[in-house]
Amino acid sequence: MSELLELTAARAAECVRAGELSPAEIFSAYRERAEADDLGAFLWLPEEPPRPAAATTSADPPLGGVPLAVKDIFCVEGAPTTAGSRILDGYRPPYTATPVERLAAAGAPMLGKTNMDEFAMGSSNENSAYMPVRNPWSPDRVPGGSSGGSAAAVAAGLAPWSIGTDTGGSIRQPASLCGLVGLKPTYGAVSRYGMIAFASSLDQCGPITRDVTDAALLLRHLVAGRRDPCDSTSVDFPEEIELPSSHDLGGLRVGVVPELSEAATIDAGVKAVFDAALERIEELGGGVEEISLPHSEHGLSAYYVLAPAEASANLSRYDGVRFGLRSGDGDLLSLYERTRAEGFGDEVKRRIMLGTYALSSGYYEAYYGRAQRVRTKIAEDFRAAFERVDLVVTPTSPSVAFRLGERTADPMAMYMSDYCTVPMSLAGLPAVSIPAGLSEDLPVGLQITGPAFTENRILAAAHALERAFGFDSSPARRPAAAAPGR
Amino acid sequence: MTTVTTTPTERAYEPVIGLEIHVQLRTQTKMFCGCALSFGDDPNTHTCPVCLGHPGTLPVPNAEAIHFALMIGLALECELAPRSIFHRKNYFYPDLPKGYQISQFDIPLWRSGRLGDVRVHRVHLEEDAAKLVHAGSSGRIHGAEASVVDFNRGGTPLVEIVTEPDLSSSEQAGEWLRLLRATLKRLGVSDVNMDEGSLRCDANVSIRPVGTATLGTKTELKNMNSFRFLERGIAAEVARQEELLRGGGEVEQETLHFDPRTGGLSALRSKEESHDYRYFPEPDLVPLAPTQAMIDRARTALPELPGARAQRLERELGLPGDVARLLAFRSELGDFYESALSADGATDPHTLASWVTVELVARLGDVDPAESPVAPEALAELVRLISARSVSGSAAKEVLDAMVADGGRPEAIVVERGLGLAGAGELDAVVDRAIEANPDAAEKVRAGTAKAMGAIVGAVMRETKGRADGGEVQRMVRERLGLG
Amino acid sequence: MIDREQVLHVARLARLELTDAEVERMARELSGILDHLERIVELDLDHVEPTSHVVALENVLRPDEPRPSLARERALAGAPDATDSGFRVPSPGAAAANGS
Repeated sequence: MSELLELTAARAAECVRAGELSPAEIFSAYRERAEADDLGAFLWLPEEPPRPAAATTSADPPLGGVPLAVKDIFCVEGAPTTAGSRILDGYRPPYTATPVERLAAAGAPMLGKTNMDEFAMGSSNENSAYMPVRNPWSPDRVPGGSSGGSAAAVAAGLAPWSIGTDTGGSIRQPASLCGLVGLKPTYGAVSRYGMIAFASSLDQCGPITRDVTDAALLLRHLVAGRRDPCDSTSVDFPEEIELPSSHDLGGLRVGVVPELSEAATIDAGVKAVFDAALERIEELGGGVEEISLPHSEHGLSAYYVLAPAEASANLSRYDGVRFGLRSGDGDLLSLYERTRAEGFGDEVKRRIMLGTYALSSGYYEAYYGRAQRVRTKIAEDFRAAFERVDLVVTPTSPSVAFRLGERTADPMAMYMSDYCTVPMSLAGLPAVSIPAGLSEDLPVGLQITGPAFTENRILAAAHALERAFGFDSSPARRPAAAAPGR
Repeated sequence: MTTVTTTPTERAYEPVIGLEIHVQLRTQTKMFCGCALSFGDDPNTHTCPVCLGHPGTLPVPNAEAIHFALMIGLALECELAPRSIFHRKNYFYPDLPKGYQISQFDIPLWRSGRLGDVRVHRVHLEEDAAKLVHAGSSGRIHGAEASVVDFNRGGTPLVEIVTEPDLSSSEQAGEWLRLLRATLKRLGVSDVNMDEGSLRCDANVSIRPVGTATLGTKTELKNMNSFRFLERGIAAEVARQEELLRGGGEVEQETLHFDPRTGGLSALRSKEESHDYRYFPEPDLVPLAPTQAMIDRARTALPELPGARAQRLERELGLPGDVARLLAFRSELGDFYESALSADGATDPHTLASWVTVELVARLGDVDPAESPVAPEALAELVRLISARSVSGSAAKEVLDAMVADGGRPEAIVVERGLGLAGAGELDAVVDRAIEANPDAAEKVRAGTAKAMGAIVGAVMRETKGRADGGEVQRMVRERLGLG
Repeated sequence: MIDREQVLHVARLARLELTDAEVERMARELSGILDHLERIVELDLDHVEPTSHVVALENVLRPDEPRPSLARERALAGAPDATDSGFRVPSPGAAAANGS
């Protein structure tokens, strides 16, 4: 049994297809682990496991029945879906999100719904309306956010793999803090249909996995070779997602961005791991050169205008009329104002206020208009950089996992967690975070970015580096790791 | 230096009127989801997660709605935006499921067009709101008034047409809206039914001293859901503004609601305390940049439009302007007319036009003649019988009655019912009897009192049941009385 | 900087009821965040086009083909206050009976 739990998801799927394991065995092993969740990683587990191959379209599904932890931001027909918010307490959607449907059809049934920052707004998972999530590497620390539940579940071995969503870093940062691989695909590569919107022009779904191969395998079936007609912004991915096999970086030009990697906000321990990673890149045959993304330092400012602005509109539908929580004392205005006051948490209110302000009459051009222009400049910076280099690397998170409660009092300090991940989101570029080493005995992630639709290139490099780093993710999966301090 | 001053009481004012028209498109499905459009179906039976605004859902625009909007812009001779985008218009209202309406804002699909003598400012696409039905006092919330939302209509494709303030009277506004309605109907893009709300018209009304070019403060008039109400509402508002200004007052910018029961106007409470719609580009949709193929397809789909048709009927057939416009604006009449005309090249266009627009309309009302038992070639045949004096005018009306009731060919009806003009042989005896029966009248006619003829002709008509040609009877009477 | 009045105005636009304490805190926090965001006001962006979409797509349309709608019971299933046929709300413009 414990051997089964040590398998990567791709290996487990291979074992199923070779007849060495049954999907039911895998499901019940993980189901048992998930039920014993003491990290707050899961918000909901189905009463019964899905019937074998219930949702699959083939008798020999490529994902082998290896179950998937699904961030609670994805609508699943009939299953409680809250996006970590009180306002959706008890909501059961009448339809299923495309990513969940596609992965189930490929043989990855849903194991359960994972905890998250409310409406994906947060970098620590402390904004969940239900409970915080603990980091399996150190239970008094946060797992990152907003996909903190998905990351903690995979890191602790409660799930073989998971999907999350990333708006400004919500896949990459928790992957980094939990010692996992987290990939944010090119904007438009994966359907957003059924994924509860935070900031529509930035949101993307992607995998959080134990290794690069698992991430590639999930991405292959999320992309599924065809765009989703239910999402106007989804595109046909120009090539098939390959399972990476490279062992070196021969000939790859890798750019380093001082504006990001040498910013004052980057902790020394993180910087040390990052510098060591650059040496590994050169050892593997990659050429490291300095490039400039002069507007990237303004990414965070632009992001914290654009994302709240879009969110302020996206969250208007939570009005107590058609679904979810309802409050008020009888008139329409109080129905709206009380429902939303009681249903939304502090961070969500803060961002709705910020976004509403930025769009309001007299301020639009100063904030929203300018932020859109900064976005243009950041995308241009990347285009220019990718004339010179094939990939860009940065630290994923300025720090390792911080303590629960450490940053909750200061919104700006929390927002700085996204410093290195936001520019890629604004430019719509694919980026992966892979564990590159430890600092203070906690994982440090390396972020690798490429031009749009170069996921294969990014994953190939990540695969070569993963082998070179030889990162041991198992401490987080040992039950003993969660014991101290409980 | 002297200036001519007039007091407000003496001053003559002229209205300045612009219209904002919302047109529901007659597509199969809604603007952004696959729900079928609903016409009077049970509430909330045409909804899906998308048009209910469920979390995670996304809009995908209906290609046919875009096609219809392209046709409308072409018909209104507008300039196409090479690339237009959708915006979110944010406000809270129970009929708006997402808390924003997807609409077009600073770059509409079309602008700067014209229909007739009115300039079109812009034409854009958006989605309709749902329907809020007042439900009286709610049992749940003690004593409070409740409404029930029906999302069937929510998300219906809408085209908004905004005119320049080029209209100067309520009648002209009504007349122009009729032309617009006829045009849209001819395009086949909408049911354009004001009763049912598929055509809705708001008016912006201001007045200014005659001869000046300044624009006064305007008010916005809503809820005028018929041509009559539109004209009455505008007339009432023009009168109200004139009275205000003459009394030394000022017009306040506000939205007024027309009450069809009283014919009066009342100020609307605003939907949101401050109108701040916080428009921003809809990130769930990509730009609309109509391709040449899309434009060509819309152009090919354009039929001859009512304005052009009225001009053609007037020019080529010499029809009076009002008759030509009636045939063109009610295109089903025009279609019937032209089909009858082409059935028989010898048919007189004027007589036929009058029989379609007067006699047929009197009998069919708003019914499309194509849906009636009267065949176009049959009406052409009837007109030919009239022109050939084979049937009298009053008999022809009886024939048409029969055709409207049961269809059939006029010649057969004439024979069957004995409605043909009485022949000379038959008339000889009838005329003789009539003179004999009215000796006084005959004497007066002989003595030169022509109007005494009426009694004799009347007797002939009575006996033939109107089948005699009046002129022919008079000729025969004069001949017999030696006046020939 | 954003003051109390502005907070209340924005909260009304966003339909959020805030307690007095929340108004104070919001004014302080939003001012702090806006201070940071002010840095983009200093950039020269006069001739830069705004980016709304990062994907280079146009005319993504759907054929006008009906798809099944939800059964009414399902459409109403999640509603906090439904009648047999629709979603009940307090009438716009009508005040609550208890006078709030």
